[in-house]
Amino acid sequence: MSAGDLANSTSSNRSASSMRWGSAAREFLRTVATVSVTILGLLALTFFIGRLLPLDPVLAILGDDASQEAYDRMVVKLGLDKPLWEQFIAYLWNSLHFDFGMSLTSGKPVTEDILRVFPATLELATVAMILGTGLGIPLGVLAAANRDTWIDQVVRVISLIGYSAPIFWLGLLGLVVFYAGLGWVGAPGRIDIVYQYDLETRTGLYLIDSLLAGRLDIFADVFGRIVLPASILAYGAMAYISRMTRSFMLEQLSQEYIIAAQAKGASRLSVVWGHAFPNIAVQLVTVVALSYAFLLEGAVLTETVFAWPGFGRYLTTALLRADMNAVLGCTLIVGFIFITLNLLSDVFYRVFDPRTR
Amino acid sequence: MTDAPVTQPRESLRAWLRAPTASSPRQARAQAVWRGWQRLIANRAAFAGLIVLVILVTLAAIGPWLTPYSVMGQDLSVRLQPPSAQHLLGTDDLGRDILTRILYGARITLMMAALVAVIAGPIGLAVGATAGYLGGWFDVVAMRLVDVFLSFPSLILALAFVAALGPGIENAVIAISLSAWPPIARLARAEALTVRKSDYIAAARLQGASPMRLILKHVMPICLPSVVVRVTLNMAGIILTAAGLGFLGLGAQPPSPEWGAMLASGRQFMLTSWWLAAAPGAAIMLVSLSFNLLGDGLRDVLDPRND
Repeated sequence: MSAGDLANSTSSNRSASSMRWGSAAREFLRTVATVSVTILGLLALTFFIGRLLPLDPVLAILGDDASQEAYDRMVVKLGLDKPLWEQFIAYLWNSLHFDFGMSLTSGKPVTEDILRVFPATLELATVAMILGTGLGIPLGVLAAANRDTWIDQVVRVISLIGYSAPIFWLGLLGLVVFYAGLGWVGAPGRIDIVYQYDLETRTGLYLIDSLLAGRLDIFADVFGRIVLPASILAYGAMAYISRMTRSFMLEQLSQEYIIAAQAKGASRLSVVWGHAFPNIAVQLVTVVALSYAFLLEGAVLTETVFAWPGFGRYLTTALLRADMNAVLGCTLIVGFIFITLNLLSDVFYRVFDPRTR
Repeated sequence: MTDAPVTQPRESLRAWLRAPTASSPRQARAQAVWRGWQRLIANRAAFAGLIVLVILVTLAAIGPWLTPYSVMGQDLSVRLQPPSAQHLLGTDDLGRDILTRILYGARITLMMAALVAVIAGPIGLAVGATAGYLGGWFDVVAMRLVDVFLSFPSLILALAFVAALGPGIENAVIAISLSAWPPIARLARAEALTVRKSDYIAAARLQGASPMRLILKHVMPICLPSVVVRVTLNMAGIILTAAGLGFLGLGAQPPSPEWGAMLASGRQFMLTSWWLAAAPGAAIMLVSLSFNLLGDGLRDVLDPRND
């Protein structure tokens, strides 16, 4: 806002509000432009990665014994005879319609495959998110409210280990201790083979499906299997969330309104949760949204350890079989989800935090 | 530190470093480094991280002389032995001493992390400092590019690159570097933005310094401390990504003693022989924990806002 704008906005309330809408619209258009450029860049990047491939995509489909005639036909079918920019335009067009080509391993469209495996990851990540947020925020607040005491140190060590431990190792240790040793949790995998075809899938989220079907035995099986991978995944998220919560909270607790509240005789509990916490709530939503996106990364490794038939395992299987369409489709989907979550938390921030206006 | 004559006793070097006013630029610089060092070792956690890293680098360097076993040599008569006096960390499914392999694996892990830092650090610094100082179209293009790279979690991006380049240590280093430079560039740019309008830059420019010289000699040194901190902190993530690639079978390939690959091959025996998975994972955690501690400490020391 220039000085002229400022003078205008103070001179008349009506022009100020219309200008706020004007600037909001400008802001919106700018965001749309930025996001479009980023998505374009994303597609260019995956297109470029696809061209790096040392494998011949035609031979990958047809096999090494293909006749010259079949080879030439496939080249035309895949559009590889066209100039590079035309191929890129076609790639853009298809990707924006969520057409990532056929998976070489499953023989189905990549999009169909991803839609099939995604609920498993969504369920895992959501349970992890509930655990990670539910533990991470109170821990962070507790650490900030008891700064430099042993509580703070313990929380710091817990979150440092969460940052530093390889998630696949924690998963393996968890299996050794809680499955093989203590027998507290279910085997790897998402559902017992006995129930696999017994459960009518409506949402694709087995915890909800089993409840909808009124099958508590299935629910117990599914819950016993999800609890360990979700906890392992949640640990990393918790480490991040508690660390951010602590630093946001410390910033608030050093403000003057906190001293004022204390001077009025407000209890420690009311100062921390009643006065300071509401002021960091909006910031925390951004943190939670971001860690949700990072759970996708953790899911790749966790799903491998726990034989979880989700997005992450689909991606790694595709990688090991050099199924490039599937790999790049998955990469793009993760990019889209990342951008969308960022955008949503940005919008949320603007709408709910009066300080940004 | 050659200002002090070599023959002078140690006390006077200390006095020289502690002198209330510096009498030469060299002394001032040495004092600044000295004060930073004092603050770093006063931070117990950071100091512990530093010590562990120094020990690890030393062990990695002299590892082969510490152990009587060979890293690849198999001895099926002693396969899957639990930890004992002969094999402190036990043996794996091919009868190889796990401690020996962990020592050799430290070389691979530290080498990969160092290579990524050497590739991604300077690239990020150069792109960020140039974008921040020049502004204009270069800034716009560079930062859009950074945004694109940052719209993936780093492991996913590294996976996609490895898929295209093929598995292996070299390709894993390239892939991780490609996903590690953007946050550094963004940070360096932010630092460069704060100094581009400052008087000393203007003075250097008026003396006829070229943009190239200004960026190299006057902007980059300012960005360097925060880049060093960020690279140190990122080192933990880099090591976890490298180990993750090895674990998934996309980084170092067996029989390489890379820790992630060791974990992956120990996995099938894990339920009966826990030490196969425990040792490599603990090693990965120890290294990444040390880098996290050191990075936190460096941030406190080098960030003047904490004064």
